[in-house]
Amino acid sequence: MTMTRTPLPTVAPERDAGIDYELFLDCVHCGLCTSACPTYVELGDENDSPRGRIYLMRAVTDGRIELDDAVQKHLDLCLDCRACESACPSGVQYGKLIEPFRIHMQTIGKKPDNLSWLQKFALYHMTPYAGRMRLALAPARFAQWTGMDWLAQKLGMTYLMPRSLRQMHEMLPPLKPHYGSLPEVLPAEGPRRARVALFTGCAADAFFPETNLATARVLQKNGCEVWIPRKQGCCGALHFHAAFDEPAKQFARQNCAAFGFSEPEALAKEVDAIIVNAAGCGAMLKDYGHLFHGAAEEDVAKLFAKKVKDISEFLIELGPIKPTQPMKLKATYHDACHLCHGQQIRKQPRQLLEMIPELQFVPLNESEICCGAAGSYNLTQPEMAERLGERKAKHILDTGADAVFTANVGCLIQVRRYLRAQKHEMLIAHPVDALWASYGGK
Amino acid sequence: MTTATATPLAERMRGIVGAGNVLSSASDLVVYECDGFTIEKNKPDVVVFPSSTEQIVAIVKACVELGVPFVPRGAGTSLAGGCLPVGGGVMIGLAKMKRILEVNYRDRYAVIEPGVVNLWLTNHLKPQGYHFAPDPSSQGACTIGGNVATNSGGPHTLKYGVTVNHVLGVELVLPDGRVVHTGGPVEDAPGYDLTGVIVGSEGTFGVAAKAWVRITRNPEAYRTLLGVFETVDDATNTISDIIGAGIIPGAREMLDSLILQAVEAAFRFGFPLDAGAVLIMEVDGLDAGLDQDAERIIEIAKKNNAREVRKANTDAERLLLWKSRKQAFGAVGRLAPSYCTQDGVVPRTKLPLILRFIQEMGAKYDLRIANVFHAGDGNIHPIILFDERDADQVKRVLNASHAILDECIRLGGSVTGEHGIGVEKIDFMPKLFTPDDLAMMVRLRTAFNPDNRCSPHKMLPTAGACIEQSKAGRRAAL
Repeated sequence: MTMTRTPLPTVAPERDAGIDYELFLDCVHCGLCTSACPTYVELGDENDSPRGRIYLMRAVTDGRIELDDAVQKHLDLCLDCRACESACPSGVQYGKLIEPFRIHMQTIGKKPDNLSWLQKFALYHMTPYAGRMRLALAPARFAQWTGMDWLAQKLGMTYLMPRSLRQMHEMLPPLKPHYGSLPEVLPAEGPRRARVALFTGCAADAFFPETNLATARVLQKNGCEVWIPRKQGCCGALHFHAAFDEPAKQFARQNCAAFGFSEPEALAKEVDAIIVNAAGCGAMLKDYGHLFHGAAEEDVAKLFAKKVKDISEFLIELGPIKPTQPMKLKATYHDACHLCHGQQIRKQPRQLLEMIPELQFVPLNESEICCGAAGSYNLTQPEMAERLGERKAKHILDTGADAVFTANVGCLIQVRRYLRAQKHEMLIAHPVDALWASYGGK
Repeated sequence: MTTATATPLAERMRGIVGAGNVLSSASDLVVYECDGFTIEKNKPDVVVFPSSTEQIVAIVKACVELGVPFVPRGAGTSLAGGCLPVGGGVMIGLAKMKRILEVNYRDRYAVIEPGVVNLWLTNHLKPQGYHFAPDPSSQGACTIGGNVATNSGGPHTLKYGVTVNHVLGVELVLPDGRVVHTGGPVEDAPGYDLTGVIVGSEGTFGVAAKAWVRITRNPEAYRTLLGVFETVDDATNTISDIIGAGIIPGAREMLDSLILQAVEAAFRFGFPLDAGAVLIMEVDGLDAGLDQDAERIIEIAKKNNAREVRKANTDAERLLLWKSRKQAFGAVGRLAPSYCTQDGVVPRTKLPLILRFIQEMGAKYDLRIANVFHAGDGNIHPIILFDERDADQVKRVLNASHAILDECIRLGGSVTGEHGIGVEKIDFMPKLFTPDDLAMMVRLRTAFNPDNRCSPHKMLPTAGACIEQSKAGRRAAL
């Protein structure tokens, strides 16, 4: 009996993928990440687990296997939810492996083209621009307001749309009227406790304008002067996670400048925190230092990133004013990946919800398993996104809750879509929406 | 096996489970070449994912017909190479058989498929106030099928028993394709305790397709204490004295000064860095009486020169203490680029001796060795720090590991407490057992697995086909 032995490589491997090889060595192959991974939990194939993907990337880097379509399929199926990083006892920085590797696949032309031109246009040229997005959604908002949208769906007329447009239409949440625009500076209510800048985002502002409004109002209510920098843009996450490195950096530079971080003496110094209410944007903004690793902008980007705080994280640190209006609700909370895994924020949003009088909080099974939204994943990998969306909806329904709260625009859209698919009307909102309502806001 | 024979094999398997449940391309098989033990590697020819007992039977019968070996695999978290497909052949991946088939609270058992993750069962039982007691540190990922194969332990092993104490029955697909049932929901079935024989057989008796497991009521209350000691000896003597006094703690974990440094650097829990060792001790059960137990423990610790004993006053404090223990291994990464965790057992009262020996080996081979382990059952996990790129250091790590395991045997213990023999420690078996002992074990295996087709070359050394150990250090997280 002979055995094939593959020695651990000790020679310098090829560095084409731009991965710091030492990061591979952090993985001791213990497999504790596997059951935290949504795709592994669904499929049971270790090639679709974090340990398996790291093994594949390393095997490709070592020249042991070809980067063929099968390998690429496993890597593309990763949601980039980082649940594995939370589970890993050895501190493997999975994101710093998969992201450069995806950029590498993109560079050598291995990126699959499973988005239609319309979807690509919407994702990379519309969504990241709040203004364009508002204009684009205006007909949909009008159609929903007049009931035309409801009628079209009842009559099955939406099936006349091209498939890619229909996919996007199905995701569309009920759109509320946009609040217009807030003044650049909002005063604190009562004695000023802090001065903060508000990051309003792009897609979130177009889909859920009420949440930005609620965030600003809640901050004011808690004694914060709120500055909404006019020249801010998309955080760059959509591009970055799709391996479009350069446009992401452009947005990052724009934001650093808009929040006063290009000139060291500027406004930013007077801001206690940069507040963000969308988990995906928050994780990206906090990662600007890494985005510019080794580049001239690194120091400025790190200063910016240090100031970024999720709204729940900031309010709990500040000590929130007690909400008084009762909300007779049985409510549960779904952890957005980029909040719990990306930023390790789990307790704070729950603490905010539990402060609300008469709100009965119930735990959600598998609350930290991704809902399948994952940025543009529900467009690029619709089949897995659907499986995870249904899985999440089932767990939410099992709690018997009347409301589910989650702190990310992608999750809000996805959760709503799959709960709606099961014909359940339920309140689906951001925790800050609930808080503002309990403060007596409208 | 050549490609020419592997292809019909894959075809045959596709016919049984469907194309979507068979892996046969070279790149898909790479990740299945090893488990948590990464020193020895070998790819299977195909990986097959059955979803029922009937499919396992069909797979096994096809293997017999085609004359190929097969090996079951759960989540692949095992640390001794138990999932290594020696000689290639078919790997039966049980990860898709993950249903909890029945939970009976009144008779206190659950029926599960082998791919159910250990913690999922506990989470499933949580609303009713029950749990599955065996809690290996990998419980978040390892499967109960794997727990049955390796007879897993965990921090609560001493009080609640290991896996074999919690398995009531098994549905086993024998290596010739017949299905047998041993035990079942009823306690104390007459006849030989075949379930007891199957649990811990490391997959060499067949493929478990179902298990009846005991479920345990959660304790009403806990008292969690942190004892700070000047020396490791004082800490280990405290453990023996506590158990000698008739108190069975739910858990008792020891962390030495090197581990404390790592944990403190990583998480800043406020551990005393100048301490020789700390003990985390927990008593659980009915609330009434726990305070007295806690007082007795404090008394015993003080008698053994404890500098102080802190009490966790709130649930949050308790969780904080446990977090420091459970994340200790992750923190070790801060001390060195690689580490090698050993798994050995000594009689509890010999803990001071083995820990002193480990310290001596550290000095002799010029290596840093940290200790964090389940102190109550004498199961030690010395973590040897090294850099895998330094060949000389790797050699010294291996020598020190072997010396420590030999010393465990000399002190009346064994070379594995919970990781298993697998392929990693197969060479130690002749040191632990006489030729007659081993021959008896081979006869037992032959009764189940006469052709040695199921998990060949595991656990028991086979004359003429021994596996030579690579001379390299191992890295594992547990």
